[in-house]
Amino acid sequence: MQTIDMATTPLRELNAMLQAQAAKTNQTAWAIENPRGAHAVAVGLDAPIEVTVKGSTGYYCAGMNKQATVHVTGSAGPGVAENMMSGTVIIEGDASQYAGATGHGGLLVIKGNASSRCGISMKGINIVVYGNVGHMSAFMAQSGNLVVLGDAGDALGDSLYEAGLFVRGSVKSLGSDCIEKEMRPEHIAILTDLLARSGADAKPEEFKRYGSARKLYNFHVDHAGAY
Amino acid sequence: MCGIVGLFLKNEALRPELGSMLTDMLITMTDRGPDSAGIAIYGDAQDGLKMTIQSDTPKVAFAGLEVALAEVLGAPVTVKVLDTHAVLSLPDGTEAAARAFLTARGLRIMGTGHSMEIFKEVGLPKDVAARFGIRDMGGSHGIGHTRMATESAVTTLGAHPFSTGDDQCLVHNGSLSNHNQMRRVLSAKGFVPQTQNDTEVAACYISSRLAEGANLGQALDGTLQDLDGFFTFVVGTKNGFGVVRDPVACKPAVMAETADYVAFGSEYRAFAKLPGIDDARIWEPEPATVYFWER
Repeated sequence: MQTIDMATTPLRELNAMLQAQAAKTNQTAWAIENPRGAHAVAVGLDAPIEVTVKGSTGYYCAGMNKQATVHVTGSAGPGVAENMMSGTVIIEGDASQYAGATGHGGLLVIKGNASSRCGISMKGINIVVYGNVGHMSAFMAQSGNLVVLGDAGDALGDSLYEAGLFVRGSVKSLGSDCIEKEMRPEHIAILTDLLARSGADAKPEEFKRYGSARKLYNFHVDHAGAY
Repeated sequence: MCGIVGLFLKNEALRPELGSMLTDMLITMTDRGPDSAGIAIYGDAQDGLKMTIQSDTPKVAFAGLEVALAEVLGAPVTVKVLDTHAVLSLPDGTEAAARAFLTARGLRIMGTGHSMEIFKEVGLPKDVAARFGIRDMGGSHGIGHTRMATESAVTTLGAHPFSTGDDQCLVHNGSLSNHNQMRRVLSAKGFVPQTQNDTEVAACYISSRLAEGANLGQALDGTLQDLDGFFTFVVGTKNGFGVVRDPVACKPAVMAETADYVAFGSEYRAFAKLPGIDDARIWEPEPATVYFWER
């Protein structure tokens, strides 16, 4: 276990060390102490290492992550795991706005609540939130899945493309072109897998599925006059 | 961007530490806005009125002020000079005469009240706090702001907090889009903003609602109907402390509460040094939701 104390190690030095780990590094376990809400902690990683951040982080923690597992024991500020490509990011506490924004792949698990715009413009990432998500979550989400064990705020899935949305609790309102859809066996399979991988205590049958009505992003001949 | 901090103490024993705690909080927010900084601090309530004034040429402007002002008012006054600011203690009932005299002398009035003092200047939080000795100030609650200017010039008067009523002050992260219209509405009601700054309009709005009999919660709730734009506001009154965010809530906000205090920060970083923060209840204030505490 490599331990780095952010009270004495500058952020750039910390990130450079983590980013320098090769695919076959034998230094696979890292602990980061005293993050104290610092921005951009453990960003741009590209090796199968496990990083535990002991405390709460500020903006953009674990951004652009590839391969690595980043575990934050506190809460995360805005833009956690933004543009993640692969790997896993786990937040024990809450996440602020636009968690997992634009993510292409990997798994983001938020064990508390996520704030507004969770999964905005997601492009393949899977996001599991144990608590609630705020307004405008999954706005323009293109692919991947957002699983919410609690409630969703206003305008869920506004201008949605092909991401899958699963909510166990209530949805305050659906965004434009987002509708409730039938839960078929293939969706139960996706949910079963994501709930198991994220360690979430919930049954797939308890969720409702929401998706795109496909009237906004597809050309519709009835709208031809509008162009 | 802008950075906001606020601290409302529940534990009396922490009162001597208020200035120091707020200063540390505000310094962590420096990179959210390095243009100018300010703090409003609620100390011990006193008989008579406290008035905080400012001058760009304090040596000249404050020389002989105590004697001259006492003569005009026909009553003893005290003048405590702190860098470019001075805190005056005036007998009740002399405010109008004092204002007229001070304004004619070219002094700027930053705020009045029985417990609030307000200090703001162009510069970094650490420098501004040091110039006024904020660390050595005690009190029950306070709010601070570090500014990245958008809606008006980088000047002392454009810095936050804005005070537009006795013991009332407001700080803001965001920008208002209907402030010119509201400026006319509020001016007609007698709440006339002194600057071109959008935030001062919000402060006048809160003062007007409180004057109409609203409580702090109702006044903050009114901003959601009557003010348009982006905002996270933190407001101080003589015995209260409140927070509200606009419905879109893109301006960041985080709060912490323990048995000893309620704290507000634009980011969690602002809380990192607070006592007992690891066991505090920490949450993000919901959009379009009013939070306030009063003692």
